[in-house]
Parts: sequence; structure tokens; C-alpha cells
Amino acid sequence: MSSKPLQRLDRVVIRFAGDSGDGMQLTGDRFTSETAALGNDLSTLPNFPAEIRAPAGTLPGVSSFQLHFADHDVLTPGDRPDVLVAMNPAALKANLADLPRGSTIIVNTDEFSKRNLAKVGYAASPVEDGSLESWHVHEIALTSITVEALADFGLTRKEKERAKNMLALGLLSWMYSRPLEGTEAFLKAKFAKAPEILEANLTALRAGYNYGETTEDFAVRFEVAPATMPPGTYRTITGNAAMALGLVSASHRAGLPLVLGSYPITPASDILHTLSGMKRYGVTTLQAEDEIAAVGMALGASFGGALGITSTSGPGLALKAETIGLGVSTELPLVILDIQRGGPSTGLPTKTEQSDLLQAIHGRNGESPVAVIAPQSPSDCFDIAMEAVRIATTYRTPVIVLSDGYLANGSEPWRVPGVADLPDLEVEFATGPNDTDDKGEPVFHPFLRDPETLARPWAVPGTAGLEHRIGGIEKADVTGHISYDPDNHDKMTRLRQGKIDRIADTIPDLEVDDPSGEARVLVLGWGSTYGPIAAATRLVRATGLPIAQAQLRHLSPFPKNLGEVLRAYDRVIVPEMNLGQLALLLRGHFLVDVQSHTAVRGLPFPAADLAEVLHKSIAQTLEGVQ
Amino acid sequence: MSTGTDLGIPALGGTQGVPRLAEDTPRQTKKDFTSDQEVRWCPGCGDYAVLAAVQGFLPDLGLKRENIVFVSGIGCSSRFPYYLDTYGMHSIHGRAPAIATGLATSREDLSVWVITGDGDALSIGGNHLIHAMRRNVNLTILLFNNKIYGLTKGQYSPTSDVGSVTKSTPVGSVDHPFNPVSLALGAEASFVARTMDSDRAHLTTVLQAAAEHRGTALVEIYQNCPIFNDGAFQLLKDRDEKEARVLNLVHGEPVRAGNDHVVVRRADGALAVVAESEAEPGSVLVHDAGDEDPSLAFALSRLDDGSMTHIPMGIFRSVSRPTYDDQVRAQVDGARSSAGGPADDEDLAALLRGRDTWTVA
Ligand SMILES: Cc1ncc(C[n+]2csc(CCOP(=O)(O)OP(=O)(O)O)c2C)c(N)n1
Ligand code: SF4
Ligand SMILES: [Mg+2]
Repeated sequence: MSSKPLQRLDRVVIRFAGDSGDGMQLTGDRFTSETAALGNDLSTLPNFPAEIRAPAGTLPGVSSFQLHFADHDVLTPGDRPDVLVAMNPAALKANLADLPRGSTIIVNTDEFSKRNLAKVGYAASPVEDGSLESWHVHEIALTSITVEALADFGLTRKEKERAKNMLALGLLSWMYSRPLEGTEAFLKAKFAKAPEILEANLTALRAGYNYGETTEDFAVRFEVAPATMPPGTYRTITGNAAMALGLVSASHRAGLPLVLGSYPITPASDILHTLSGMKRYGVTTLQAEDEIAAVGMALGASFGGALGITSTSGPGLALKAETIGLGVSTELPLVILDIQRGGPSTGLPTKTEQSDLLQAIHGRNGESPVAVIAPQSPSDCFDIAMEAVRIATTYRTPVIVLSDGYLANGSEPWRVPGVADLPDLEVEFATGPNDTDDKGEPVFHPFLRDPETLARPWAVPGTAGLEHRIGGIEKADVTGHISYDPDNHDKMTRLRQGKIDRIADTIPDLEVDDPSGEARVLVLGWGSTYGPIAAATRLVRATGLPIAQAQLRHLSPFPKNLGEVLRAYDRVIVPEMNLGQLALLLRGHFLVDVQSHTAVRGLPFPAADLAEVLHKSIAQTLEGVQ
Repeated sequence: MSTGTDLGIPALGGTQGVPRLAEDTPRQTKKDFTSDQEVRWCPGCGDYAVLAAVQGFLPDLGLKRENIVFVSGIGCSSRFPYYLDTYGMHSIHGRAPAIATGLATSREDLSVWVITGDGDALSIGGNHLIHAMRRNVNLTILLFNNKIYGLTKGQYSPTSDVGSVTKSTPVGSVDHPFNPVSLALGAEASFVARTMDSDRAHLTTVLQAAAEHRGTALVEIYQNCPIFNDGAFQLLKDRDEKEARVLNLVHGEPVRAGNDHVVVRRADGALAVVAESEAEPGSVLVHDAGDEDPSLAFALSRLDDGSMTHIPMGIFRSVSRPTYDDQVRAQVDGARSSAGGPADDEDLAALLRGRDTWTVA
């Protein structure tokens, strides 16, 4: 038990920031695990450069990990940190602007040398020149304390210094009353083969914890009580991990082997990594020569009756376009995961954006409709993956899933579902003739559709009597033979669109959250903006103003009641991390003049900024300004 | 990086794992493999002869028809699958090897064939072709080389001779062509052969060997396009000309050019065609298609200097090396069997829980 007074907080936002080589992502991950184990709700935001190791000590090399945890439900990683851990001057400089005055900064003074200060353009040390007066600064020689704590170890100085992130973690764990057992177990597993490194890390971790306990610099300790969450078994999960688990679960529930074709690309690669370790679940992963081959392999596997999946980011989606069109034309199930990042071109590989919406919906030659859906939180990636498989197999169509870097790398607690509660995704392959020819003989027609879904039969090679040819050339309705007939093409084009439209029959209506029932303004988002929008809505409602909120998970087709929802409000605001792509679609589909609010900063919307926009919009509506 | 484990996969035939017709079923015929679709190539197109040869030879494989799949790209030749009554996919330009890789890897029980043209395989699809061969996926690839883009009405292709006057090169093409056999050998394809549309017997023998090969079999078929590049291979068909020009490769036999010339290995290791009477004793090259080292096969392919003076035909290389699809399946099967069989609900539940959970009561 600690001898220091304990102060209770309801929420805390911590940001760990350091050089790319300082291990900040790992430190953040571990703090997240400790926090999850205590039962706090939480949300995280890793933020790192595209370069593996940008020059040490420079601004471009700063890597950070933000964590928001609370005794109530958490919607975002937090706008502004309460505590910044700055491992060097670059980390301080890069993050100071986000730090409200009065918040806490822990600086590693060892790194504040003249040289390091000069690297980032500090003429004098901000720690010494009084420029941090408005913050509560703890100056700690994290590096030398670590080296000292490891004095008895037969390691080089460099190796000892490397454990400084564990010292910082130990200190923060003490500050916020987090248990160390989880991290200890983690380190034991990670360094099982390097006992001395393991001991050094454990020693540094405990030294950090004890430092908090003994030094006078820290007068109080904090505590954040567990959040009330529905009963169940929980774990923390990132969006990419949830996506992989969702796909494996879908494969299990569909009884189909999963075949992933993929070409590495940030921020989607972790899905390939994770699935490549799941062979035991019948998962085959094929690392292709490029994105075109990757989606081709997936489509080939689908033709053979497997669950063909491909994972990528925006640049890869562009390369896959023609093959997705082939999937549209051959009407085979195919799931395409686009983990969006900043564009155009290479853009901002490690930053988030929602700018592939129009590419997903329209980015192919010809009338080439596909289903498009988007998860709204890291854990929702699990459900969206299952939904993608449901739509793809039921309607025999490509389905594009639009996640993004924020969801992919961000984590939150996830209530682990029971396997029996997962949707039943069983599919039926064609087994025999489905029609008769002119002479009344039984025949198989590969493009004879299910009257309800308009889906064609999935007849896989190996099925005797159903031999047939499919391809990208226009096919005659029903028989699937090559056809250049004008009327047939018109009909087939409408049938393919009609099939996608019919997906709306099996998706839930858009739910609107409007507790007072008096809102005249609706804020409507899609995908990953759910958290920030919900948090902003909360802030607005806390000031007594009514506002309605809704989030689209289905973007093609839209839920059936969307038009009705849009028309029920005086004003609809659509925040997006692009230049108004959903707004364009809504205007085009429904002739509703929605108000677009956009930002493409590579980061999620800060809830407070959004709340301000919503406030203004409500005020204008009340004044009758349109 | 580590090298992984030796999966200990034994050498298998190309169609091992593909269901066969029962012994007592009546033999299939060409008709069984002929679809009801009208063939729409130009009159005299070399593709007809190849189609007839394939339809005639497929029954010999004794495989269940429903377990044979032809995947093609785009081009005149890529219409091929429509005319065969098997499963088929006429895909998109250049991508057939990738699509076929996904299919073959996920379905051990299928005999997967790729139909492609010189433009389809070597221009837009060059990347997929070399990677399929490098991986050694169990596919039989028939590359119809007419040295022209047929379907788009006669532009030069990556196999067209320098100086080809075509629709897009009115004063002659300037880019150096690929020799598909050299390319395939460079990509370490485990089976590489060349044959001719008009030589039904040779075509059939080569196809038979290609089908029996486990791994990627690349068969270049010289194919005449009477409309846009007529007579491209006439020197190899003409009774008087072909004798001296065609080097018929037979495993274990000396490589001869006509009655009186042979291929020799010179002292510096290079190959040359010389009069038999002048050949140093012991210098005549005896063809070894099973040579692990592809250098000699490559040197043979380079005897063609572009003038069609010496064109080796037949099987350049046929070696056994582990196939991609067998190994991928072995890894999945291995992971499953060492975990005690396919995953059940309990296994999935454990996966979902992961290693670090907590309970809220
Ligand atoms: C993406 C794309 N680019 C271009 C084309 C046009 N195109 C169709 S076939 C072809 C060339 C075919 O030549 P080859 O592969 O030699 O086949 P051939 O017709 O000679 O049998 C081209 C350029 C296409 N269908 N798709
Ligand atoms: S254009 Fe040439 S290759 Fe194409 S079908 Fe006609 S003859 Fe054959
Ligand atoms: Mg051609």
C-alpha cells in the first residue's frame, strides 16, 4: 500500500511521446493492458511517423501513444492530454500545443542537452527558461535513473538506457495505481530467451514504480474507479485484430475456408500478419506480388467455393479496381478490406482519413455497383467483418469494408461474444440443375437468380453436371452465355444494381439517438467518426441543447429509412475526414442540402471542436438562418 | 528470417489429387469436352488447331470433367474456355495466373489450366506470369504466341520482332522482344516447352507431359494469326525450310538440326550449331530436360537469334521441385493436425478470448 494520499479521478488522458526508437507504442500498449485489467473503459490513439526510424531526436521522428481511460464509458482517445510524458525535447515541442495549461508534463531531463535542444530549434531549455510555467512539470532524469538502477547488470550503457521506457511505465503505473503483474508477465514471455534483458526491464519497471513512491516530487497518487460495463468477459482489441477475428469467425460460421490474398501496406498489414498465424483455423494467406494479384487470388478462391478476402489501403484499392469489377460481373462473393489512410497517392501512410468513400462506391469502370460498409469503432470491426461476409455470400457480390488507420491501430475494451451467438452464415452451393431447356430437359443456368435476393447460384468446380463458364464479358440473362444484345445489357446492368439495392431489405434501419425528442439538428457521420461525434453530442447536450445523432455503417446501399431521417430535421450536419464525400452522396440521392463539415488532418476530430461546430449550427437553426 | 521446416512432400504427378473417372465408365470423347458455344475465331486461325488438340487430348487424362478448370485472360486466344465443356473463367487482361493461383491453392482436387496470349502473358500480365513460375504453382499455362495483339486488331506485342510494321508501328517497332522460353527459364519455371499449333502430334505429346508435371508448366505455342501476322512461323512449317531450322528436343538424345548439323558445347561452354562432320568427338549436346541447372536449357533457348535460323522445339526443362500450393496446404493441414483437427466452437471461443481477459460480473 502506498503511503501517499490517494485522489479519485473520473477520467484521465495520458500521452506518451518520444523518439521512434524509444518504445512509446509498447509503453502505451502495456499501460492500456494494465488499465483494461482494472476495468476502466478506454480508447487509444497511437500516432507514429511513416519512417521506421527517422533521424533521432527530430520532430519528424516523434512517436506518441495517447490513452483515455475513465470510470464511465469512453468514446474517444481524448482531445487534450492531462499528462504528457516527453522523453526528449522533440516530443515536448511536437505535443505542447495540445496540452491545456495546468496539465502535467513529465520530462526526461537527460535528453535536454544543448545538442538535442538545438535539433528542434530550442535556443534555451524550455524546462529552465520559464516557458513551461503554466504547466505542472516533473523534471526527472529518466535515463540516468534507469542506468543507475541497472548498475549491477552486465549490459552496455546503450542496453541499459533502452529500458527507460519501462521506468516511465513503472512511474505512471504508480501514479495511476495500475498493477504491474500484467506487464511483468508480458515481459517474461517476450524476453524468455534473454534472461538478462528481462531482468533489466523488470528492474527498471519496479524502479519507476518505487521512484513515484519515494520521491517527494509526487505528493499524491490517483485512482480511477472501474467503469460499469455490461457483464461478460472482456479483452482489449485493436480494429485490425478485431477485423481478423471477425473474418475467422465468419469463416467458421459459414463453414468455408478463408483465403486471404494480400500485399503489405500500412495500415492494413497487421491483418495479413494476424491471419497468417491462424492456419490452425483453416486460414490460408497468400502474400501476392502486388494488389492486383492479391485480389485475383481471392477471387479465384471464391470461384472455387472458399471465402476470398483481400486486405489493403487506398493505393491498393485503386489497383484492385478492375478485378473488383470482374467480381461484379461474375457475381462471386469477395470481401475487400480498405484500411484507409491519408491520400492522394502515397499521402500520409500512418495517418487516418476517410477519403476512399467515393472510390469504393464509384471507383470502377462501367456501372459496377458493390456493397460498401464501414465499422464505427475498433471492436465494431469484428461485427462489420461478419456483416461483410454475410452480404458477400448471400448476394454473391464484392463487398468493400472501409476501416481506417484510427480504428485499425486504436484499441478499446471488447466484450467477447459467445460463438453460438454469432450470426449463422451457412451458405448453399448449387448441386444440380435449376431450370429446364426448350425440350423440357433439366439444365443448369448459372445466371438464373434467386427471386428474393437476385443472387445467382454459386456453383463451384467439382460439381458434376454444372460445368459452366463465367467471365467479364456481358452475359445473357439466365444462361450466362456471351451476349452483346442491347436490351440484355440494359437488363443485366439494372439487375446487378437491383441486387445491390435489395441488400437494404436485410440491413437495419438507421437508428437516431435523440433522447429529448426535440432536436431540430441531426449530426450524421459514417464509420470511424462515431466516437468523436458521440462525444461532441454529449458536450452539446450537457449545455442543455437538443441534438440528434446517427451513424451510418451501411453506405451502399443506404438503410431504407435514411431519406426519411434526413427530411425529419431542419438541418443535417455531416462531419467527415475528407472534403465532403458522404455529403455529396446524400445530396445526390435525397436532394437534401446537408451541411458538410470536414477536416483532413490525419487525426480524428477533437470532440470539443466538433461540439463548437454543432453549437453554431444549432444556434443558426434556432435563428432561422439556413 | 528462418528457412522453415522441410515439409517432406513426395514427388507427385500433376493431376494427383484430382478425382478420376471410375475404371468401368465409358471413355470420354472429344465431344464430352466440346461446349455448345459457337467458336468465333477468324477462319484459318491457329487457335482452332490448338482447341481441337486440347479437346482431343483431355479425355486421355481420365479426369472427371467437372474437376478441370480453364482460366484465361483477355485476347483472341483467351476465348478458349468458352469452347470447352469444363468449368472456366474468362477473366481480365493479364491476371489469369493470379486468379488461377488462388483457385489451385485452395482446391487441390482441381486440374487448373491457364490460357493466355503473348500480350496477355508478357505485357500486362508479365508480373503475374513470372511470379506463378517462381512459386511453382501447380498450373499448366498455354501461352499462345502469335507475335501480335490479335483481339485489338494488330498492334505489335512484346514478342514481335524488332522492325515489325503494325498498326501502332507504321515505321517499324523498335523495342527488343522477349523470348518466352528464355523468360520462363530465367524465372526458374520447373517445366518449359515450346510447340506449334499445326503439329497436332507434337502438341499433344507436349501437353501430355505438361499435364503430368506437378508445378507450373509453361508451354509456348507458336500460333498463326492469318489476319494480322500471317506466316509468322511459316519458316518452321515449310517442308523445305523447317528441316534445318527446327531443333527437336528429345530428352536423352543428341540435339540435331536437320540431317547433317548438331548442337555442340564449345570449349568455352557456349552452344553452337555445327556440321556433324566437324563436331569434336564428345562435344555433341545430349539433351537433359531434367538438369537441375537451367543454364543449358537457357543456352538452347538463345540459339534463336530472332531470325528463326535455329528454333528448338519440345521440352526444354522438366524438373521436380516443391509446389507452392502443396506447401501452402501442408502448412495449413499441419497446423490443424498438430492442434488436433479442424477448429470447433470451443477452439474459436478460445481464439476470441485471447490471452488477456477480465470479467465483469
Ligand atoms: C486492361 C485492359 N487493357 C487493354 C485491353 C485491350 N486488349 C484486349 S486483348 C489485348 C491484347 C491481346 O493480345 P494477346 O494477349 O497477344 O492475345 P491475342 O488476341 O493475340 O490472342 C488488349 C491490348 C483490355 N481488354 N484490358
Ligand atoms: S485476329 Fe488473329 S488471332 Fe485473333 S481470331 Fe483472328 S486470326 Fe485468330
Ligand atoms: Mg497475341
